[in-house]
Amino acid sequence: MGKRSDVTRSAFAPGRWVRVRGDGASGHVRTPSYVRGKNGRIVKCHGSFRNPEERAYFRDGLPRKRLYLVAFETKELWGKIVEVKNDCVFVDIYEHWLEEVE
Amino acid sequence: MAQTRTQVVDAHMPTDHELPYYARRIYAIRDLLLDKGVLEAEDIKREIDYIERRSPANGARLVARAWTDEEFKQRLLHDPKTACAEMGIDASGMNEFVVLENTQRVRHVVVCTLCSCYPRAILGRPPDWYKSVNYRKRAVVEPRAVMREFGQEVGDEIEVRVVDSTADIRYLVLPQRPQGTDRMTEQELSRLVTRDSLIGVSDIDASSDASRSEEPF
Amino acid sequence: MSDAHDVGGAKDGGAIDRSGHELSDWEVLADGLSQALDAKGIWNTDAHRRVREQMTEEQYDELSYYERWIYAVENALLELDVLTKPEIDDKVRDLERTWGNAAT
Repeated sequence: MGKRSDVTRSAFAPGRWVRVRGDGASGHVRTPSYVRGKNGRIVKCHGSFRNPEERAYFRDGLPRKRLYLVAFETKELWGKIVEVKNDCVFVDIYEHWLEEVE
Repeated sequence: MAQTRTQVVDAHMPTDHELPYYARRIYAIRDLLLDKGVLEAEDIKREIDYIERRSPANGARLVARAWTDEEFKQRLLHDPKTACAEMGIDASGMNEFVVLENTQRVRHVVVCTLCSCYPRAILGRPPDWYKSVNYRKRAVVEPRAVMREFGQEVGDEIEVRVVDSTADIRYLVLPQRPQGTDRMTEQELSRLVTRDSLIGVSDIDASSDASRSEEPF
Repeated sequence: MSDAHDVGGAKDGGAIDRSGHELSDWEVLADGLSQALDAKGIWNTDAHRRVREQMTEEQYDELSYYERWIYAVENALLELDVLTKPEIDDKVRDLERTWGNAAT
């Protein structure tokens, strides 16, 4: 039902590379499938919000989770440059979906 | 101000031409919730009023002010809810929103691939096309082809950033001020700013006319 | 729960229909009632989406935007035991009798 581990850790800094977890989700998630397993770059942290995956089941969604704006290059998402190389997609993703990459 | 459609809350004889299955359900649900006191008629009317009093004209006013007042523009970019309040626009209904500034180097396009999240508290209800699966499927893959369908060509030297509103943040595009508009008043400038330019799919120029170019709904 | 709503990047996207339509009364009602339930704290946006995602792919493809909202409103209210399906069914039948020919 969408439970994720509540590991508290320090925030990802802008510019940091992260990978979106690829493992199958259950329940209500707001991480679209097209970014799962993909690498992106942190643009900013929007702050912390109640977890929508919990709120969806009428639970309070606490503790709040950090929400990041993450930039993905077109080639990373689609395996090729669909239109123009430097185009990208920015997606809002919760911290528990993100892992650091070197 | 134009009448909003709050009469649907009281209507005992629907004026709809067709009542599909789910339409019948919502009238039944309305009656049951009102009978049981779960909701008051006023609660529903308040929400209808709220959304119908909001329109892209709000976004256009913000943009026109930002084009003519650099300090306001910085407030819009860094503290958008405060900037809205200054203009008498009540954006308190949104959790957060972010204004995306288009520049010589970057054009933004906003989509919600998972459903239809949209800055309703400023712009009102989204257009049908924004909610369509074709837009939601394609905007993140081929934004330039989509923009072309909306009449906007973007050179290869410009970066297109598609922003997928998957969470509680709502996004509004601040388009670039068109050339040849130096002598326009703020009000004249706001009339150039179309709903579709606030979403990012369309461009505007000195001859744009927000009232002419879009469906009213 | 289906993934019918998770459409970003799907390969079968077609031309975007840019025409709009004026909302029917029932669509205005669906929107307003849905928001009123949220304002009262009876449900929230995340629950709305989650319940909507419980429909089948076929339903997602066939139903229009506000029909999907009404599906979500009804099923959430049933889940919360605010209403029961028989009472909604009965009320629909009562209303159809009142509406008479107008409802066909």
